[in-house]
Amino acid sequence: MTDTQLPLWEVFIQSKTGLPYKHVGSLHAADAEMALENARDVYTRRSEGSSIWVVPSECITASNPEDAEEFFEPSNAKIYRHPTFYVMPEGAKNI
Amino acid sequence: MEELDKLQQFQQKIDAEKKIEPKDWMPEDYRKHLIRQISQHAHSEVIGMQPEGNWITRAPSLRSKIILLAKIQDEAGHGLYLYSAAETLGISREEMINQLHTGKAKYSSIFNYPSLTWADIGAIGWLVDGAAIVNQVSLQRTSYGPYSRAMIKICMEESFHQRQGYEIMAKMAQGTPEQKEMAQDALNRWWWPSLMMFGPHDNESAHTGNAMKWKIKRETNDELRQKFIDKTVQQAEVIGLTIPDPDLKWNEERGHYDFGEIDWEEFWRVVNGNGPCNKKRLNHHKKVHEEGRWVREAAAAYAKKQKNKQIAA
Repeated sequence: MTDTQLPLWEVFIQSKTGLPYKHVGSLHAADAEMALENARDVYTRRSEGSSIWVVPSECITASNPEDAEEFFEPSNAKIYRHPTFYVMPEGAKNI
Repeated sequence: MEELDKLQQFQQKIDAEKKIEPKDWMPEDYRKHLIRQISQHAHSEVIGMQPEGNWITRAPSLRSKIILLAKIQDEAGHGLYLYSAAETLGISREEMINQLHTGKAKYSSIFNYPSLTWADIGAIGWLVDGAAIVNQVSLQRTSYGPYSRAMIKICMEESFHQRQGYEIMAKMAQGTPEQKEMAQDALNRWWWPSLMMFGPHDNESAHTGNAMKWKIKRETNDELRQKFIDKTVQQAEVIGLTIPDPDLKWNEERGHYDFGEIDWEEFWRVVNGNGPCNKKRLNHHKKVHEEGRWVREAAAAYAKKQKNKQIAA
């Protein structure tokens, strides 16, 4: 029988409430419950987290770095989305 | 031609200190080098639990026992961070374990030495973890993103390991004459193998060239070894222990310690499988892996059953 190390999961941790979840690494687990417990044991041994997300790695769709230039092009061309694009009248305050 | 362009762009990125991420194009040799180095590093963390595990049931106090347990648990975690980093390069965990078991992948030779007394637990934390930290601090700046991130996390946790080891050595060095002798004996046995952890001299290291060019490694074996010696000598002096090297001497001109030649015959003997504990370490890993097989299979079967139930409901 072939060996199994169980499916791969990605782990995201919120260090305290109010902050965004951050990817910290991955691990192997049979199901979501085991993935959560393993994530707690592996990635929060020193109170690094107040909340954990685990996601099966195969469920993640990632953009392709080789297409990055054209993929992100629409936003690069729109400099008027930045506040520094606009010319403010001399003397205007608090804007 | 296209391949050549890609290689050039890759090198430009490296030169500009940009990190390489898993889906980025990379030369096959870069990928191979990383898989070899990271998996070897991961195996070392895991095999390294054995000499320390040897003393859990015989730790001299409850305090030292819970600390040792926490340290060994950290090593398991470090192994896992590193396996995860290697997996992003396209090798599976099963394959890495298989390579360890068949001898295709190696682990650090330092763990093929036995931990004979409690002072060895001190020496391992102080010297072995100390040497590992020097290497790992440097690797935080490695060019491969997932490896670098794993190193940053490991370094944050590792300094407790070295301090707990040094504390054991300091305590024993101040204890009864027998305890001090035990500490000195542990230092005598672990000093040279710790220096060997940095690998062969730069001019004899087969992998150094590309590893430096691609910034997988940021400092050479000899540079890192010198760093470790320079910072450890004073720590030995403070606790009244003597480093077992008659040639060890401060060199004012170089601003470094000079030191004696390493016994390279011993180094290669242990690397090639004939150290004191090579067979024991590997056999133990194989045995535990086989004994745990039914647990992994049961967990997988249970998960499958739960999933089927969900679909049926």
